[in-house]
Formats: sequence, structure tokens, C-alpha cells
Amino acid sequence: MSAILEIDNLHVAIGAANVLRGVSLRVEAGEVRGLVGESGAGKSMVGRTIFGLLPSRAKITAGCVSFEGRDLLALPDRQRRDLLGRRIALIPQDPMTSLNPVRRIGAQMAAVLQLHLKLSKRAALARAAELLTEVAIRDPARVLTLYPHELSGGMRQRVLIATAFACDPSLVIADEPTTALDVTVQRQVLQLVERMRQRHGAAILFVTHDLGVVAKICRSMTVLHAGRVLEDGLTADVLVKPHHAYTRALLAATPRADRPADALKPVPPALIESLWAEAHRLDQLAAARPA
Amino acid sequence: MSEILLRTGRLGFAYPARSRALFGKPEMRDVIKSVDLAVPRGAVLGLVGESGSGKTTLGRLLVRLLEPTAGGIQFDGVEISHLTEEALRPLRARIQMIFQDPQSSLNPRLPLAVTLTRQLEVYGRLNGRRDRRDKAAALLDLVGLPTAFVDRYPHELSGGQRQRAGIARALALQPDFIVADEIVSGLDVSTQAHILMLLKDLRAKLGLTVVFISHDLSVIRVLCDEVAILRGGEVVEHGPVGRIFSHPQHAYTRQLLAAIPLPDVEPGWLDDSPSRQQPQQQGSAA
Repeated sequence: MSAILEIDNLHVAIGAANVLRGVSLRVEAGEVRGLVGESGAGKSMVGRTIFGLLPSRAKITAGCVSFEGRDLLALPDRQRRDLLGRRIALIPQDPMTSLNPVRRIGAQMAAVLQLHLKLSKRAALARAAELLTEVAIRDPARVLTLYPHELSGGMRQRVLIATAFACDPSLVIADEPTTALDVTVQRQVLQLVERMRQRHGAAILFVTHDLGVVAKICRSMTVLHAGRVLEDGLTADVLVKPHHAYTRALLAATPRADRPADALKPVPPALIESLWAEAHRLDQLAAARPA
Repeated sequence: MSEILLRTGRLGFAYPARSRALFGKPEMRDVIKSVDLAVPRGAVLGLVGESGSGKTTLGRLLVRLLEPTAGGIQFDGVEISHLTEEALRPLRARIQMIFQDPQSSLNPRLPLAVTLTRQLEVYGRLNGRRDRRDKAAALLDLVGLPTAFVDRYPHELSGGQRQRAGIARALALQPDFIVADEIVSGLDVSTQAHILMLLKDLRAKLGLTVVFISHDLSVIRVLCDEVAILRGGEVVEHGPVGRIFSHPQHAYTRQLLAAIPLPDVEPGWLDDSPSRQQPQQQGSAA
């Protein structure tokens, strides 16, 4: 299999603090890979590095991100911007902050299509309507004339999913796209993402903290903690036979609707402390080594 | 444990919808419709629903932050639906609420010692500075925080620690009834499990009666004895947790259960076939 995305030994620091400590992962063509971690694990930083959206004080101190064989980090800004949105798309967590509140849905979707596919305004709007139909929006012509606040949370997320797949990207980065949604809506959105992925043939890097979501939509998964990859493998293997103590602890601490109450075991604080201590030890080793 | 601490009878709440006519009588919109609940003393009742189901409004009615527009609420045998603020005051000490966002219930400009004991002060149960620090320290200890935190400010705490402080604040007056509204929903899995365990401990230690509001059925299963499923302001199903989860009667409950992504690989879960709408139950016999 060929890798669409290959991240190798990525180190990112914000000021003096290391946030990614040598992350490596591969996303194969057409697969969905889950990137799992709790807050502070650095999972969003991986997506932000790919998109060049790291905070201004952040620095990539080592590593390489290659997309379809090209080194993204070495690419001139212009060429990189041309890839983003067209070949690499993003489904963000909060649809309200990523849609412009004062522009109609149609204008926002058309802008993407006009820019990347060089369509005329009329053709772009027609294509936007088709895309909305693909994400099961019933009255696309009307929705195109609405403003973001006139849509429900689930509808807004559908619009963003449609936009993400608009230019047939080969990689979509989904950053916790269902975190704020009700379970029944979450399920519909996950079904939709999967259907769009199959239709448009993209690979997805699915960033989430929810092992349940990973189990349902990801073929493979990477477990991140303190900016380090602790476990990596096929979802079916990792969830059944986790190798790392942290993955096991996370699974045991996840409440399950199908198990009685006493099955729940909180993550031992000593385990978290030892993982952080290990991460800091690595930082010191790296700092002591001459550059 | 058959004594009922809190009971609602045909409880309703409506607020005026935006009316089109300037002088017309505003139309009322029902948010809570004829809810009958009975919470036995010492029990934990889960209230589950999706956004817009009215679960938060119902919680606010139970602690009388809102006044019902229909039906009644009896707390320990006293009808509290329309009591004045003054008549409510002695009961307020016994009824507390823990909020989803502890940031909003902890004053950012005051150290925990002051915030945690504020209510004791209001009720005249504080004897000077020394006593304030001692009582605050005891509360911190109760929720598993270091007593040295008395001098800390909310921003110096992690999310989980803040939620513990929020719980401590609610326990200051030694209430017997607590409404907890989505108090673990913003937390990481590892923190969430610790808070759930803390609530279980406190409930056993202090004999609390709790109404636990959540959108998350998995969390309800961990903590609650009984569960009421809310949709559109109505209770569609109500019963012991074990029975509701293993033998849901209402179609909506089944739909909710089926939509939970359990951390098991299950090919076909994403397919839209109607057979998938049935809940999958494994290992629920115990």
C-alpha cells in the first residue's frame, strides 16, 4: 500500500515547551486513521502542522511531513496553499467558527470551488447544490441562500463535510468533528463522512478523544500522549489487545452503556505521572545532545 | 429506601414565545410537559436527553431556580413550587446544584477558601478567619484535593480539580439533595472516571440524594440507580438503570442506545439499515 501522508519523527515546540516529541505516523490511500489522545496530547497540533496553522510562537524543531511523496514543510508557501483545501481538506470541530457568519452558505461554498476548480460562479453554485444533496440536505437550493445561524449544528457540520470533499481531496483531516453533537446526530454525521469518503476516495486522519468513535470509523489508530506515539496499529487489534498500559487504562476508564457500573476503572494517576516523567526525561536528553 | 425525598406531579414549565402582535397575548411555549418523577431518599436518578429535551430546565425547576407554570414539586413533604425566596431560604441550604462549568460557579478573583465557604457565611455558620480556613480545608479534603489549595485561585487548577472544587462548594452547607448538570461532560476520559468515582463515594458517605443530568447514557449507567429519558420536555421512559439498558421499552430509548459508539469494532455500525436501530447488548446480565 502507498502512504498518502507520512509523518516522520515530528518535533514541535511552543516557546520552551515541547508539544510534539517525535511523532511518526502513516495514512495509507483511502484508509481512515484515528489519532487518539486526551487534552494536551498534541493531537490537534499534528493537524495544525500539516495545515501550517501552528501558533506563531510554535517551531518545528525536527521531522518531516510528506504528502503524496512531497515534503510539505519544505514546500514554498504558494505551492503549499494550492494543496490545502484542494488536495488536503479539513473538517473542523466547531462549524460556527469556521463558517463566516455574515455570508450565505452558497457564497462560501462557491468561493472554494471557484478558487480551486476555476469554476464560474454559476457552475460553482450548481456544484455546491449537488454536494449538499450528497450530504443528505433535502432542499439544497434554499440552504445555499441561508446564513450559518439559520442552520442547526448538525446541518452546519454537513455543510462543512460537503465543502471538505468538494475538490475530491486525497486526504481529509477531521478534527473532532462530532464532539459537540448529540449521539443520534453524531451517528448520522459519522455515516455521512464514511459515505463521502467512499464516494470521493479520500483518506482520512480522524482526530478524536473518543475510543468509541475510533472503533466505528477508523481502520487503524495511533494513540498519542504528551506528544508521543504510545501505540499504533489496526483498530481491531489495538482495541482487543492493547499493548501499551496507557491504552489499556483508557479503555478501562471509558464508561460503557452495556456494562455494569463496577466495570469502570479510573486511569491510575501514577501511570500518567510516569508517562510525563518519561517525556520530560526525553526532553532533557535531547537538550543535552549537541545540535 | 421507599421514602420519597422529591416528587413532582404533572410538573410543567412554559415561557412566552416571541409574539408577532405587539399587544397580543404572547403564546406560551411548553418546555416541560407534565413530568411525574419520584426520587427516593439516597437514590441517584439520571435525567438523559439530547439538546433541547428540557433536561437542564427540569433540573433548574427541581432546585427552584425557576418557578413551575403547572403542577407541583414536593421536597421532603413540603410543596415548594410557589414558595417565595424568603420561605425557600431554609430549604436552599438542603438543596444544591453543581454546574457543568465550574468556572462559572467559582469566583475567579477569590481564593478557594472564600468561595467554598461563602454560603456558610450567608447562613451565619462561620466563626471568623480561622474557622473559614478549617472548614474550607475540610471541604477540599472531602473531595480529594490537597488542603493547601485553600489559598489557590480557580485558574491555578486543572479542569478536573476545578470540578472537584465545584462539588466541594455545593457540599458546604451539607445538603441532602443535589442536582448535578452535565458535570463530567467537558472532561477527559481519565479525569471523568475519577469524578464519577468521587460522586459514588460521596453519595455513600453523605447519604446524598442526587439528580444527575447528562446527555451521555454510558455515564448514567456508571452512576445512577434509576434513569428517566427525556424528549421534547416529556419523560418517555423511566425505571431502574439495569432494566432500561437491557430491556428498553420505548423506541426512542432504543434509538439512543443504538447510537452510542461502544469501543468495539463492529462492521456495519455505519450502515443505515433499520436492523441496526436495535440496541446491541453484551455482558449486561450482571
